Amino acid sequence: MAILLSSNAQWVLVSTFLLGIAAGLIGTLSYWKQQSLMSDALAHAALPGIVLAFIVLREKNLLVLIIGATISGLIGAFCIQWIRSFSRIKDDAAMGMILSVFFGLGIMLLTIANRLPGGNQSGLESFIFGQAAAMVKQDVYIMSLLALVVILAVVLLFKEWKLLLFDPAFGQGLGLPIRFLNGFYTVLLVLAVVIGLQAVGVILIAALLIIPPVSARYWTHSFKGMLVLSALFGGFSGAVGTLISAMGSGWPTGPFIIVTAACLFLTSLIFGLEKGLLVQYLLHRRQKRSVSPKPIPPDWGMPPKVREG
Amino acid sequence: MVALSVKDLAAAYRKNVVLHDVSFEIKAGTLTGIVGPNGAGKSTLIKSLLGLHPILSGSVSFFGSPLEKVKKRIGYVPQRGSVDWDFPTDALDVVTMGLYGQIGWLKWPSKRHRQKALEALDKMGMADYAQRQISQLSGGQQQRVFLARALVQDADLYFMDEPLAGVDAATEKAIMITLQELKAKGKTVLVVHHDLETVEDYFDHVLLLNRTVIAHGKTEEVFTPELIAKTYGGRLKLTKEGMGYGHLVKQ
Repeated sequence: MAILLSSNAQWVLVSTFLLGIAAGLIGTLSYWKQQSLMSDALAHAALPGIVLAFIVLREKNLLVLIIGATISGLIGAFCIQWIRSFSRIKDDAAMGMILSVFFGLGIMLLTIANRLPGGNQSGLESFIFGQAAAMVKQDVYIMSLLALVVILAVVLLFKEWKLLLFDPAFGQGLGLPIRFLNGFYTVLLVLAVVIGLQAVGVILIAALLIIPPVSARYWTHSFKGMLVLSALFGGFSGAVGTLISAMGSGWPTGPFIIVTAACLFLTSLIFGLEKGLLVQYLLHRRQKRSVSPKPIPPDWGMPPKVREG
Repeated sequence: MVALSVKDLAAAYRKNVVLHDVSFEIKAGTLTGIVGPNGAGKSTLIKSLLGLHPILSGSVSFFGSPLEKVKKRIGYVPQRGSVDWDFPTDALDVVTMGLYGQIGWLKWPSKRHRQKALEALDKMGMADYAQRQISQLSGGQQQRVFLARALVQDADLYFMDEPLAGVDAATEKAIMITLQELKAKGKTVLVVHHDLETVEDYFDHVLLLNRTVIAHGKTEEVFTPELIAKTYGGRLKLTKEGMGYGHLVKQ
């Protein structure tokens, strides 16, 4: 735990906490857009951009790598969109194709980068499983700042996101710029993914966007509540995972963050107040008891009163 | 006054042209039923008029202006099945969405807005369900919520896509009373309707549609057995038993 004493580690902790919040928020939007897997495709699509940025500049500057990752992630998103609208190939197949092709390209470029002079010590491999300890202060600042941008964008446009997710056609009728919002959402999603690449890694970052909202769903019936809880779950996983990985030298951060998130999910699945297995079981048992002597008249869903004209 | 004017509209769905040469004018203060067989392009027509579906050609004007200038005067009730009712929100919240245009960007609804939404819910007999999860509402109740959301918009021209599909009798009555009230206030309402038996009771004007306008005018002039048969093609035969020519029989 000696690392806890260093101020750098504390900053890393803050940045993974903010990353988790941002991922939990944007992940909730993805959940209701039914595009949870999109984050996985984008993360994998970002890898070639990272490696190419390194090959071109020959130095590991996080801001430049993030820009490379963003561009290549957006190209991946564009490709998925393009395949979807100009062919009969379905969403899942399109994402699967882009995900593996871009990741394969990224790994190929990585072997090339490793043969370059100085490439061996580049630490680019840490982008695959995530290595928060490898972050320097500047990395932490960049990551925290971008995470705050994502958080602010989701919070400020709360009402607009809700309408976009629930009823985009009606929103468009009201004059809501649906195309702009969809584009903005994709940019935020790519941003949330790429800033998490160094700490969580290409392979696992999607889980930080998928697991917290799914867990939150077991506790609440309101969209606001789901956003808040998902953000908390994400932030908690990010911070705790970083803490645990800091206990051993060279332990990857990503897996610990994701396992923490998975523990929260299991807890939610069983004990969740709204849809948890335990509550469902107890409710079912109570209903079973109450129906035994005489049957309940069926509820036809009639409203309590009907206005007479 | 003309509320809606459509000239030579054509629209395609994927590779098929589903609407062609659609031209008609709707007078303000009328209640029009859009009637036609499945696949006639009824929903596509409404979506094309509202800019939700791309049009191939033609022009549309509302109160003499293009859509962009009069968006706030237009209300839309989509098909109930077009949204995910599992979305975590309550009835009052959905109705409040109808006010988002008035609330403006980046601002949160105030108490006054919530009060207005609650009044609209009450008008649809749904005040007791304001805090109810939308996933726990029956089909008819969900439709009332959609109607209430359109009412708070306080629009002058309403488009409703099958508001009476799959609802219980009480809801159908409540919705029709509301539509009559809108008409009495001078509002213009267009309703995609599928039940031929009730057309004459519900609408003062009818637009018979099958890929193009077959006939349009006052219900008593247009809703005739000949024109209905023309709209529905040879697949359907009208019988004169029971309630007039209400019954359609598939051959």
